Amino acid sequence: MVAADDRVSARTRIVLANVVRREPDSERPRTEHPRTELAEQTRVGEALVRGLVRAQLSLALRLWLVVAVGLGGLPWLFAIAPSVSRVTVLGVHLPWVLLGVLPFPFLVLVGWAYVRLAERNEQDFTDLIQRPER
Amino acid sequence: MGNGYVATALVAVTLITVGIGFYGLRLARTTSDFLVASRAVSPTWNAAAIGGEYLSAASFLGVAGLILKHGVDVLWYPVGFAAGYLALLLFVAAPLRRSGAFTLPDFCELRLGSRRLRTLATAFVIFIGWLYLVPQLQGAGLTLATLTGSPYPLGALLVAAVVTANVALGGMRAITFVQAFQYWLKLTALAVPAIFLVLQWQADARPAVTPVEGPTFRTATTVVVEHPATLTLPDGQLRQVRPGDELTFAAGQPVPDVAGVATDPADWLLPGTGADEQGMFTTYSLILATFLGTMGLPHVLARFYTNPDGAAARRTTLVVLALVGAFYLLPTIYGTLGRIYTPHLLLTGETDAVVLLLPGAALGTGTTGRLLAALVAAGAFAAFLSTSSGLLTSVAGVISTDVLGRGSVRGFRLATVLAGSVPTVFALNVSGLEVSQVVGLAFAVAASSFCPLLVLGIWWRGLTARGAAVGVLAGGGAAAGAVLVTVLGPPLTGWPATLLAQPAAWTVPLAFTVMVAVSTATRRRVPTDVGATMLRLHTPEALR
Repeated sequence: MVAADDRVSARTRIVLANVVRREPDSERPRTEHPRTELAEQTRVGEALVRGLVRAQLSLALRLWLVVAVGLGGLPWLFAIAPSVSRVTVLGVHLPWVLLGVLPFPFLVLVGWAYVRLAERNEQDFTDLIQRPER
Repeated sequence: MGNGYVATALVAVTLITVGIGFYGLRLARTTSDFLVASRAVSPTWNAAAIGGEYLSAASFLGVAGLILKHGVDVLWYPVGFAAGYLALLLFVAAPLRRSGAFTLPDFCELRLGSRRLRTLATAFVIFIGWLYLVPQLQGAGLTLATLTGSPYPLGALLVAAVVTANVALGGMRAITFVQAFQYWLKLTALAVPAIFLVLQWQADARPAVTPVEGPTFRTATTVVVEHPATLTLPDGQLRQVRPGDELTFAAGQPVPDVAGVATDPADWLLPGTGADEQGMFTTYSLILATFLGTMGLPHVLARFYTNPDGAAARRTTLVVLALVGAFYLLPTIYGTLGRIYTPHLLLTGETDAVVLLLPGAALGTGTTGRLLAALVAAGAFAAFLSTSSGLLTSVAGVISTDVLGRGSVRGFRLATVLAGSVPTVFALNVSGLEVSQVVGLAFAVAASSFCPLLVLGIWWRGLTARGAAVGVLAGGGAAAGAVLVTVLGPPLTGWPATLLAQPAAWTVPLAFTVMVAVSTATRRRVPTDVGATMLRLHTPEALR
């Protein structure tokens, strides 16, 4: 979902590369505050935002994969191993526990992890922007 | 049924709802007043309000009814209804709040700057809103018919009139406190009777939920059939019954097999196996629709605007997930105990009434039983009052601004009457459908139209207005067509029926594929301000 042409792996390094390549006639961007870069939509600012978007998206997709496998795998599991369905826990058949009770705490747990990690990504981004340059 | 408490409870819920609404309205008279006021609301209150608006008749009545009828396979409904909030949290919540969009058409215009796409989004908001309103009114009609013996159309009409008048007069304009109150009322109304029901089940020496010989009548029962059905009597004879037929059973007699109902204990107790390909397709389709559909429901998104910033929107969504998840633990108890105490519902076909009838059936007609029955009735009433008010407000809002083109109060009132009358007409004509099934179809349409639009719009710079429009038309149009054929068309069998009854598994991928393909083909039309939009959607507010 992200354009394939910009391969930003380490944000800071690319920022500098961009500065050197795009604005060779000026030394300004080296001392310019990134916050201004953000507001003025320079190549540097755009690269920073792309990095943040990519980090947040890959976090969301990874956690979504956990849910897709954890819950989405259940109908498949019940289908290929019908004996699993006949196991009982405290007199309740396993599918009823796996579908009626456990998904809800599981979803909350994944959601809680996401909120923590997404806020950390944003904090990293904010630190990068607000870092004193001089 | 002669339970005087029920009428009192219903009147009390209505009065409190209308009362709090009007009191809140006097405090906050303009839209901006309302928004500013609500931004002082903590994530917990806000989350309870979102939960209150979300937990509809389908959740309160329908899920338990489905479990009673079909067993373990339909547990995917509550799981999906809750998981939808996780998808909303992961992909949409914070960026959507930061976009500043108040409705889905707003988002389309902000992100892609196209008036035509906005019009298309408006049409889908109205369609989904109406599709979701029909089962709410159905639930209302069913509840009043079950509790007071009034004819079904009267209940549906009465609730439609109350909700429309309330929204039109402004008594329920998304006041956070009303909706939060409704959440706690609904949770209490299911949780407290559930405790008594489980204790009663213990006291009755834990009768088996799935006796080997199938469900049996615990007491002598006379059943009045309400929907045509084919019964298989214990001696193997087939018998056709029509509405109005009376059947009498002695205590201990087995419940006859009803076509289309899981009366066989193993069918009900154990999930479908791989041998049933259509069942497998239906399950995955339902998972896709509910997991991805929540983010596209019009009344859900409007509430996110009341969060102060993106981070608060995330935390609110997490609390909603917890609140909604806690609620969905309960319908399973009702559906399960319904197999023991209200097996006659399998015969009448009114399985959606199990939540309403179970307290009376299990606990008897003493004061406790009657009080708990009244509590459950109050919760059911709160369920369709809150959801249908929220939906009607959203639909009327887009009709008045995008269709009628006036922002005036008079325009909004006219739009409300318009928005309320169409689903009422439908509700009077489709009483045979299960509440949860119709809601599932609304989720399928939302998942095939707004989910790709939101997810790609938020995360992919390459989306164009044309790609979005064609994708919504292809995926959402296909899902909407499938819904219309299922609800209004001739009865189908085999794969065509399965593909149309649960369309999400093919319409969602279709929408995503078309949207990406057409956007790529028209990539010169990518909005020039996409960088600025991405900056706004994804960076913390503190940096602006």
